[in-house]
Amino acid sequence: MSNYYNKMIETAPRHEMRALQSYNLSKTVRRVYENVPLYRQRMDEAGVKPDDIRSIDDLKLLPFTMKKDLRDTYPYGLFAVPMSQVVRLHASSGTTGKQIVVGYTENDLKMWGECVARALTAIGGSNKDFVHVSYGYGLFTGGLGLHYGAELLGATVIPTSTGNTARQILILKDFGSTILCSTPSYALYLIEALKESGIKKEELKLKAGFFGAEPWTEEMRLQIEEGLGIKAYDIYGLSEIAGPGVSFNCECQDGLHVNEDNFYPEIIDPVTLEPLPDGEQGELVFTCLTKEAFPLIRYRTRDIASITHEKCKCGRTLVRMTKPCGRSDDMLIIRGVNVFPSQIESVLLSMGDTSPHYLLIVDRKNNLDTLEIKVEVSAEIFSSDSIKHLQEVEARIRSKIESTLGIAAKITLVEPKTLERTEGKAKRVIDNRKF
Amino acid sequence: MAIIKQISVFIGNESGRLAEVTGIIAANNINIRALSVADTSHFGIMRCIVDDPELTERVLKDAGVLVSVTSVISVQIPDEPGGLAKVLSVLAENGINVEYIYAFISKEDDKAFVAMRIEEEFRALQILKDNGYEKQ
Repeated sequence: MSNYYNKMIETAPRHEMRALQSYNLSKTVRRVYENVPLYRQRMDEAGVKPDDIRSIDDLKLLPFTMKKDLRDTYPYGLFAVPMSQVVRLHASSGTTGKQIVVGYTENDLKMWGECVARALTAIGGSNKDFVHVSYGYGLFTGGLGLHYGAELLGATVIPTSTGNTARQILILKDFGSTILCSTPSYALYLIEALKESGIKKEELKLKAGFFGAEPWTEEMRLQIEEGLGIKAYDIYGLSEIAGPGVSFNCECQDGLHVNEDNFYPEIIDPVTLEPLPDGEQGELVFTCLTKEAFPLIRYRTRDIASITHEKCKCGRTLVRMTKPCGRSDDMLIIRGVNVFPSQIESVLLSMGDTSPHYLLIVDRKNNLDTLEIKVEVSAEIFSSDSIKHLQEVEARIRSKIESTLGIAAKITLVEPKTLERTEGKAKRVIDNRKF
Repeated sequence: MAIIKQISVFIGNESGRLAEVTGIIAANNINIRALSVADTSHFGIMRCIVDDPELTERVLKDAGVLVSVTSVISVQIPDEPGGLAKVLSVLAENGINVEYIYAFISKEDDKAFVAMRIEEEFRALQILKDNGYEKQ
């Protein structure tokens, strides 16, 4: 049995949760209808009035919100309260287009902080912990999101933000950090730097880590757990909905519990837009039930996942989502086949021959799509110093990729550290095709 | 003959890389005694015998180069026709497999050396000794 930050909510029987959700949904819909022009316009077009939304079952009557809507109403067009009540702004990194702006009232910040506190508690965190926040502080929701949740929990927060890895390692050792929060790419980078520093993972007091802000595979989780000697947990979120803490792994590491009293999840077919049943994969959609400043209704995240209402062994009844297996905009179509970079990552890591650093280069030659995968050679496979062995590794990777993806790829082994390392989201794909 | 350390370097398929790596070795005042580069269309492995393998390993690793230190058998052979063929046939007659081989001349008169990567190192050494090749 787990510790719970908010036992009443986290273990609420389903009918009680639905009643709470229905109550908050109708309140929020009325508020956005009255205060957000885009929502009034959309609801009027669909012939839906706030009075029509009496329960969570009526959610399907409401229109969707897309990222484009946030860009079109930049910066404050979707805010539902006067700016005098907005005490915080955050913005996305804008990796695909114009940045989007989100806002929070004082109550929103408390709610978000509690979501993160629940997450930290679920992985065994408490006020005795030293939470090392290596997410960037600033407009990005990662740093401040983990910070406030950890502070609310009463833990000792170490706000290192990103960068200055040598110093971070010293802090991990000297300050006695027990929970690390960063992107999974940065964790792998830290593991390399730790090896080079000569400080052993056993010298650190780290017991757990919360990783997110980019997709990462089960294989990467095992690498991080091994490299740092910790349990590695998933934390999920997006700025449009709040930030990290929308959902979180518990100690079972079997799906992520959604803080559904605040963020109601749906899975829809991205083509027909029809809701899909539990267990089926589709696009994740969230509705903010309790946010004041920036409550989005049926926001299409473009993340692909499935949900389940089966009770978790930790005792929580909060609905669980699977780890997102890729964003529909991460997806590449190569020779008519859907390819997610994460699938390639899975293959590489499960083979164990190479480091997890790779780059996909997609091109078009003679009217045919081509895929080249550059993979960094690791010290382990080079120790034999044999051309034949390296060629065998190349051939094995090529064959495994072909059987997994259904398309052939050129595999190029490259020197270590020649592929870009970033502290934020790792750039894994170069698509040279011009459409 | 002796078992000596060899430095192997993974060279990615970028132009100038070999010049860079040998440049680092030169900058550290290390002398390369023998060199061989095995290549495929995607990458190469540079193998060399240097006068200070420990220093070479360290400076290359510090420069972010992927280095492996392996051992090879170095055998002194007469610098005349048949010198190489003879030592290779001795090994072949005894079923010793040579994975790769490269040769280098010595500053001494009439002497040449070959560096050979052989899996069964100790058996090879014994066979060479039995056939008159001297231990150094």
